[in-house]
Amino acid sequence: MTEKSGADILIEALTDLGVEVVFGYPGGAVLPIYDALFKQERIRHILVRHEQAATHAAEGYARSTGKPGVVLVTSGPGATNAVTGITDALLDSIPMVVITGQVPTALIGTDAFQEADTVGITRHCTKHNYLVKDPAKLADTVREAFYIATSGRPGPVVIDIPKDVQVATAAYTQAGPIQHKTYRPQTEPDPALIEQVVDMLAAAERPVLYTGGGIINSGPEASQLLRELVALTGAPVTSTLMGLGALPASAPQWLGMLGMHGTYEANWAMNKADLIIAVGSRFDDRVTGRLDAFAPHARKVHIDIDRSSVNKNVRVDLPIIADAGSALRAMVSLWKTRGHPKPDLSEWWRRIEGWRAADCLGFEDRGEVIMPQRAIRALYEATKHRQPIITTEVGQHQMWAAQHFGFEAPNKWLTSGGLGTMGYGLPAAIGAQLGNPDALVIDIAGEASIQMNIQELATAAQYRLPVKIFILNNEYMGMVRQWQELTYQSRYSQSYSESLPDFVMLAEAYGWKGIRVDRLSDLAVSVDQMLAHDGPVLVDCRVAKLANCFPMIPSGAAHTDMILQANEVSGEMDDEAKALV
Amino acid sequence: MHIKQETRERHTLAVIVDNEPGILARIAGLFTARGYNIESLTVTDITEDEAVSRITIVTSASAHVMEQIIAQLERLVPVHKVTDLTALGPHVERELALVKVAGTGDHRIEALRLAEVYRARVVDATIASFVFEVTGGSDKIDKFVELMREVGLVEVARTGIVAISRGREPA
Repeated sequence: MTEKSGADILIEALTDLGVEVVFGYPGGAVLPIYDALFKQERIRHILVRHEQAATHAAEGYARSTGKPGVVLVTSGPGATNAVTGITDALLDSIPMVVITGQVPTALIGTDAFQEADTVGITRHCTKHNYLVKDPAKLADTVREAFYIATSGRPGPVVIDIPKDVQVATAAYTQAGPIQHKTYRPQTEPDPALIEQVVDMLAAAERPVLYTGGGIINSGPEASQLLRELVALTGAPVTSTLMGLGALPASAPQWLGMLGMHGTYEANWAMNKADLIIAVGSRFDDRVTGRLDAFAPHARKVHIDIDRSSVNKNVRVDLPIIADAGSALRAMVSLWKTRGHPKPDLSEWWRRIEGWRAADCLGFEDRGEVIMPQRAIRALYEATKHRQPIITTEVGQHQMWAAQHFGFEAPNKWLTSGGLGTMGYGLPAAIGAQLGNPDALVIDIAGEASIQMNIQELATAAQYRLPVKIFILNNEYMGMVRQWQELTYQSRYSQSYSESLPDFVMLAEAYGWKGIRVDRLSDLAVSVDQMLAHDGPVLVDCRVAKLANCFPMIPSGAAHTDMILQANEVSGEMDDEAKALV
Repeated sequence: MHIKQETRERHTLAVIVDNEPGILARIAGLFTARGYNIESLTVTDITEDEAVSRITIVTSASAHVMEQIIAQLERLVPVHKVTDLTALGPHVERELALVKVAGTGDHRIEALRLAEVYRARVVDATIASFVFEVTGGSDKIDKFVELMREVGLVEVARTGIVAISRGREPA
């Protein structure tokens, strides 16, 4: 058999795995791979402007298509720049394979030029990682990496390939069935436990389904099954930030997001529920608030694919280790087989309607000033018929988008939830647009976050991607400022966005269309202009500077201690509260 | 404000892993990253082809954190199996120590006498020193080392704890 170089083996293996797009940036230690890429046409390489953006673009691609995102970067700074996005993918369970070049085997450990201990650095921010020292093992390693990245709880996997291994030759072996020695994710639920959860759901008087990103990760069928379960049981549904879109926001059973910036009705329902079924969500601190006051009356069921998520933050009564979709399918099927009638939850819904009446997301327009909530709603109204893919950066604009933009389908909402990475939105939008060429993709951004990966304007321009950026520009790192207002008597330490660029001129300098809007009466027209342009557009939307994102549960407070309006806010918190994130 | 501490309980874990590069760093790093505590850790391969290693970890944690430690270890891709020997019940824990003692006259005689009581073997001797090999539970070794301090302890090397369940079945 003729032998191939390690670089060719890599490309061959990626092609066999169905990889269509690779996000990357070349450098010395990956030159052989870039040469192999040059000589083929099956894999498309997208040149980003910074390696961090390559990882977020891969995340956006993965989250919006369900396929793994693939990244290719060089050794040393290429790898270290990718670390933020790798960690982001770990916390949000995004399937991603990152290929990093490494200095030649003989130079490893000598502090060679552009050498970094990539497997050491990424050991704890990946699901798994590899250093490949033999080209004969490369193809199998790549296949195993994809298997690990995409199965069980998805996550990022790094493959570090020294330059000499890219050049050395070996025979290319065809893929056999993957049977890993130790890694066996459990995806099918124990039927006895499904019996129990269905019993509990049928008997509950005040049930809440608390869903999360696990349903999105499981695939579109899981969202369908959730809808079916909700139709059968009439149970109210709330979701984490990562799970938005699994149930349509227009569904009557939808309570809105829960947690720190969740709705009044969702958080009160959690507090008063007698049964909480968590599906693909992980009782994150942003969701639970003060743990000893979290859902005090509820029996808790936790369906999760990762056993370590169970009983980590909250003790549950019934853990079910399974893929969210498989568990939902089993529940729906058992509910039907048994012929359970739809439970009478009218008393429970009457109470929920009472909380809904608080209209916790309501806000008042202030003359010609654009309220950020109004801007999001205008964007939603103008685009909802196109089912856009929305990405965000991190901060107030992200929470407002989660609260005021209605998501009707899964895989349409891409945001950095666990790690909270500013600079995520623009590259993620680029990745999503590449995976969904005909979709409308909008990055809802803040003027501070957008500057963290602003260089990617060039990437969108190069590949003629009609991505839209909608900046809610309030001249502050708004969430930092809001916390300073609430906990540090408005001492705005370093949170003012000083020396902002002229975003319209900046957009134009990169070949984008730029639009500025600062009057409410111009808002709708500006959004229409943005949508009418078939290329990339950046909108600098000047919004009210000091608006706060409410409702808000202060760090370490109970769900019932929600702040609804600015006038309920006290000036300084005690040390216990200050110490919480 | 002061930082609060939880009450902890000592557990001995047997972790069976694929003997691949970096596995020890992966496990040690998991403990530091998640704020768990390692009191002792031993590792060596246990199969003929050196493909599988057994790691014995002594840790202390609250019951809730203990459950997390096991789940987090099992989540690592190269981990075959984690057994909490303490929770399982009766098991044997042993440690080996090499103890160097220097001295002359009465001290030398007393050191030998104590070594006999503790069933420590002399594995090296000079006119002015001994190296004792002693095995047993950690308490026994602690006591032996403490006594040797009185008669001229120079240095100690300890292996850390290895442990195995009692009875016929593997843990």
